Amino acid sequence: MASFPILSWITLLPILGMVIILFIPKNQEKIIKGLTLLITSIQVILAIVILAGFNYAKGGVFDASSFQFIEKFRWIDIEGFSWIGRVKIDYYLGIDGLSVPLVLLTAIICFISTLSSFSINKSVKGYFAMFLLLDTGMMGVFVSLDFFLFYIFWELMLLPMYFLIGIWGGPRKEYAAIKFFLYTLLGSVFILLAVIGLYFSTTETLADGSKVFTFNMIAMMDPANYSADGILSPFNPDNLRFIAFLGLFIGFAIKIPMFPFHTWLPDAHVEAPTAISVILAGVLLKMGTYGILRVNYTMFPEITKQLIWYIALFGMINIIYGALTAMAQKDFKKLIAYSSISHMGFVLLGMASLNTLGISGAVLQMFNHGTITAMLFLIVGVIYDRAHTRDIDGFGGLAVQMPIYTGFTTLAFFAAIGLPGLSGFISEAFVFLGSFGFETIRVIAIISTLGILLGAGYMLWTLQRIYLGKLNEKWATLTDMDMREYAMLVPLSLIIIFLGIYPSAMLDLMNTSVNKMVQFLSESGKFLGSIK
Amino acid sequence: MDLITLSVIILFIPLLGFVLTLFTGMNFKWAFLIENVLIVLGFILSVVLLYNKLSGYLDTDIVSEFNWINLGIIPFFGEIIIKLGIKLDNVAVIMNFTVFLISMVVHLFSIDYMKGDKRYSRYFAYLGLFTFSMTGIVVTNNVLMMYIFWELVGLSSYLLIGFWFEKKSASDAGKKAFIVNRIGDLGMFAGILILFVTYKTFSFQEIFNAVAAGQLPFNSEFWLTITGLLLFCGAIGKSAQFPLHVWLPDAMEGPTPVSALIHAATMVAAGVYFIVRIFPILSGDALLIIAIIGAISAFIPATIALTQNDIKRVLAYSTVSQLGYMIMALGIGAYVFAFFHLITHAFFKACLFLGSGSVIHSMHHEQDIQKMGGLRKKMPITYATFLLATLALSGIPLTSGFLSKDGILAGTLAYTSLTGNWFFTFIGFTVAMLTAFYMFRLVILTFHGEPKNKEKYDHAHESPFFMIMPLVLLSGLSIFIWYTPNPFNADSGWVLSKWVKAPTLSVPESARYPFMVEEQKQESIVKQEEEVTFSHEYTHAMHSAHVPTIFLSGFVAGLGILFAFLFYQWKKLDPNKLAAKVKPLYNLSYNKWYFDEFYNSVFVGGTLAFSNFLRWIDNTIIDGIVNGSATLTRGVSKVSGKFDNGVVDGLVNFTAYFSGFIGLLFRKFQTGKVQTYIVLVIFSLLILLFLFKSF
Amino acid sequence: MVTVSLYHYLFVSTILFSLGIFGIVTRKNAVMVLMGIELILNAANINFVAFARYGNFGFQGQLMALFVIVLAAAEAAIALAIVLNIYKVFSSVNVDEIDRLKE
Repeated sequence: MASFPILSWITLLPILGMVIILFIPKNQEKIIKGLTLLITSIQVILAIVILAGFNYAKGGVFDASSFQFIEKFRWIDIEGFSWIGRVKIDYYLGIDGLSVPLVLLTAIICFISTLSSFSINKSVKGYFAMFLLLDTGMMGVFVSLDFFLFYIFWELMLLPMYFLIGIWGGPRKEYAAIKFFLYTLLGSVFILLAVIGLYFSTTETLADGSKVFTFNMIAMMDPANYSADGILSPFNPDNLRFIAFLGLFIGFAIKIPMFPFHTWLPDAHVEAPTAISVILAGVLLKMGTYGILRVNYTMFPEITKQLIWYIALFGMINIIYGALTAMAQKDFKKLIAYSSISHMGFVLLGMASLNTLGISGAVLQMFNHGTITAMLFLIVGVIYDRAHTRDIDGFGGLAVQMPIYTGFTTLAFFAAIGLPGLSGFISEAFVFLGSFGFETIRVIAIISTLGILLGAGYMLWTLQRIYLGKLNEKWATLTDMDMREYAMLVPLSLIIIFLGIYPSAMLDLMNTSVNKMVQFLSESGKFLGSIK
Repeated sequence: MDLITLSVIILFIPLLGFVLTLFTGMNFKWAFLIENVLIVLGFILSVVLLYNKLSGYLDTDIVSEFNWINLGIIPFFGEIIIKLGIKLDNVAVIMNFTVFLISMVVHLFSIDYMKGDKRYSRYFAYLGLFTFSMTGIVVTNNVLMMYIFWELVGLSSYLLIGFWFEKKSASDAGKKAFIVNRIGDLGMFAGILILFVTYKTFSFQEIFNAVAAGQLPFNSEFWLTITGLLLFCGAIGKSAQFPLHVWLPDAMEGPTPVSALIHAATMVAAGVYFIVRIFPILSGDALLIIAIIGAISAFIPATIALTQNDIKRVLAYSTVSQLGYMIMALGIGAYVFAFFHLITHAFFKACLFLGSGSVIHSMHHEQDIQKMGGLRKKMPITYATFLLATLALSGIPLTSGFLSKDGILAGTLAYTSLTGNWFFTFIGFTVAMLTAFYMFRLVILTFHGEPKNKEKYDHAHESPFFMIMPLVLLSGLSIFIWYTPNPFNADSGWVLSKWVKAPTLSVPESARYPFMVEEQKQESIVKQEEEVTFSHEYTHAMHSAHVPTIFLSGFVAGLGILFAFLFYQWKKLDPNKLAAKVKPLYNLSYNKWYFDEFYNSVFVGGTLAFSNFLRWIDNTIIDGIVNGSATLTRGVSKVSGKFDNGVVDGLVNFTAYFSGFIGLLFRKFQTGKVQTYIVLVIFSLLILLFLFKSF
Repeated sequence: MVTVSLYHYLFVSTILFSLGIFGIVTRKNAVMVLMGIELILNAANINFVAFARYGNFGFQGQLMALFVIVLAAAEAAIALAIVLNIYKVFSSVNVDEIDRLKE
């Protein structure tokens, strides 16, 4: 088993599927759908296998030897030409406690949204081919440890997303798609610049003793690997580390999306088909926070600590701004989109706490938000499929007509407002415990608790306007959920309840890594600080 | 079986009922029986628990906990293990018993009351969820679990208040209850954060021990006070204290048995119970503020209740007022009596609510007392039980209410004698009088006099057995004999002398009330007459306040009842004339002091306006910038497009035209005739010959 | 007595060549153009023979002339065939009208 390249399989399987789909005739829609479902379910199984084989005691983070399921071999090796020198890029995959929850999340969400995609009937072949490509891109980001590879996967996900929104979207799909694309591309440019800067500042010693520039992310985390005159080297008195940090941060922040870079999200969500909204909110947004955690925190610990107050501040703004703006929305899906912004604020706030409780809370919140928001978007999809409108005020009294659906909605809504016993509570509580425990951002943490209140406000108000009250006669013909919708919502509900009661299942998974990260931040920050 | 296991079983029985009833209720007509049978079972087990605890472990607390989240040793914090657990002390088992008793009678009452509702079994499922959450609050040993169940109580109350969600007012009320509670919970959560950051634990006992050992939040007594007050915020929300009391009257939109269970006896008692739990770490300043909030909450709703016409609303305001009483009692140190009043109040207020449910049921959902009257003859048992509970609420001797209320009033007197502060005494006695007045107004308007709505009166009838039985049971519990053999002195009863005792305080002595500081044990006063609460000084003050209180409280209650009869029964005085005379005061009371209007316009309206403003910002400013930059880019691209077409392309095209022109010129030579070519070749050769001639 | 020298031969062949060129360039009839080509070939033959006579080349010049004569015959046969085809297509052998090369 040890030699089985499971990470490659879980990452590249969808691409394989895509290739196969390209050879299937266009009109064999059932086969295409079935194949996609098969592939995503294999992914879920692989994720579970990974989970079963995961060693909880190994931390990873900055320590190459304690990453797990490592696959590393020379991928591109071009003998030096002119000033660039020898270009050596590794195919380097590996996971630790920070990425495992997200790998699992990606697998689950892709599986669920495949089910949700079954209602697509416009050029099915193209859709599922794009879908699988997207799947690979997302999975790849979470498992790659080589920055070049990371960036490729990062960009790989962009293109299918553009088409998925732009072709299968709603009435303003072109606007939404181009907005999404440009926004994210802008972020990617910043990231790319920083990556190049890092590349030319970091060297790796090969077996024969020669030093070459490297894209190895783990090497980039160790100050010892920086050449003295690299532009991003901490040893260089005129380094541009601050700017590079900002570039990376903005690049990732656009993906989160962090205020004020968030306006692509509501539009993209509103126009995207349900399954794509699910993926967008469920997985894509996490890539931003994951990037900050994996890249900014470990490669620029001293600047992270310097700016931590601002990160927390933006977290707070996200929480409160998102919640308040959500309250004013008339479109159900837009409301959920803004609630996503609010919830991602908790992730930022938790990360800003720089201690185990907060960062665990943040990673857990990524996972929980993934499942909860996925459920919320599916719920919007269920009603949109039937009523073909998302106007909140146009509904009313659906609880009479669709009791089971309302039951699921209530569960999801209360999970989203952090009701104890459901998964959202634990992560929010941890975020607050952590951020309150960090003196610098204590006040911000206290103000952010307002988000809990506002969340309850808009969620319950929505619940009331759509589901409670007298049944609007217009909707007296709507049917309750069908089997496919059960198949999507029941697993998510079970996950939400399970993690609410037994959060240790997820917390233990990441605990070692998070502790390592916190230790790293507190120590290496000091080390780098003394250099400067 | 040990008591902890028993308690865990009791805790999860209602949850089991909830799950089973919810999932079978869709297709199975008798699903509600599952819940009912389980709750009766739960009640029997809680009696067993109560008996075993009080007989076998009277003075020991049984605690058991397990590791819920074990983070091990983490940087900055040390070892973090989040534990959940159960603590069974006397207070907990008594409360547990109370919760199950009332929950059971409410279940039984509902069988008939809710008959015919289209979501019949779901109603019982929700009741089960509520009972589960409430039991969790009661038996927990740590503040995190308290918060967890606290929120779950909020959820079940949301579901039950909004049970008839087709009515907009009901779904509004549910939402309001949840959100207003959340406001309080925010404070509580902040308090929990402070506790956790300071003590790295959630356990009550460990926190108490740490405080007693001198470890304070941020090392200051001030922050201890703040922490206490923040935690108290939770109680303000749950127990509907001023200024968050507004949700409780609205919550009457729920089915009446729910009001009896949640909004009279259990959920709203949770706040008081929570203060009882954290009492040892409340500093003197915190207690004073708590007492003031309690006093205000006792007074304002009492004045509102004077003029309300909805039978349930009167009871609701009365509940807020009585809860304020308890909170005030805690604030001035009358810990034991506060808890005692919590229990007695739970019984007779549940009885009153169920009685009102019985009335509403027989009057076909008429709730306006102005339209009732004379029901005494139609519903004798309901009348009798209602009257008994009213007497208890008014604090008439021989009832349980007298015992507990008297204790609280004695507490206020003792407080006055110790500190010279008359405020609480004044409020206490005034509210006692107001309570007696409005309760008898309610009784007289409902049951006495002539029926005002003849048609409904004719159809009125005594309720069926399952509705009457709970009334009898609960009103029976409003008699003194269950609590003490001496109807005038609760201290001699078993509840107070043996079961419930004031806890040892953990607060540093410098931060306590002066009278709560224990004296130096310099003299050998071995005259151990009885239990000493807080200090000898305080115990003495309580004793000497006891006798005057009996007379004084009897007097004010009698006065209140007398006026009620003068106004409504004998019509010697005309309430309308009085109302006209003090019009502004009357309006203030009738309109509930305009709290709702104020909150709606300021907080709700403000938030909504602000959120709309933010949406505008989002759509106009931020998106404006985004779209603007897009437009700008497009503009620039247009210009550069022009440039491209005009200049760059112009150059390119010029080149093309030029070469075309040249081509045109040379085309002339291209005749297609071989002969021409040959001539050209020959000429060219000749030219070349001349050119290269020299070489 | 004027002896016939190489230059005389060359002079004759030059005249022949020029006549040939003149015929090619000026004649409109394709057959006449072909005759011009024959003249040029014969001018070349004279040159070959003359150089062989006065130079030290043995019989190579004469041999080459023989080859040229054979070639000219073949060439005339093919060319006449082409002219016939041209006539078939264009109904004319006027070279001015046959300017397809232009296109």
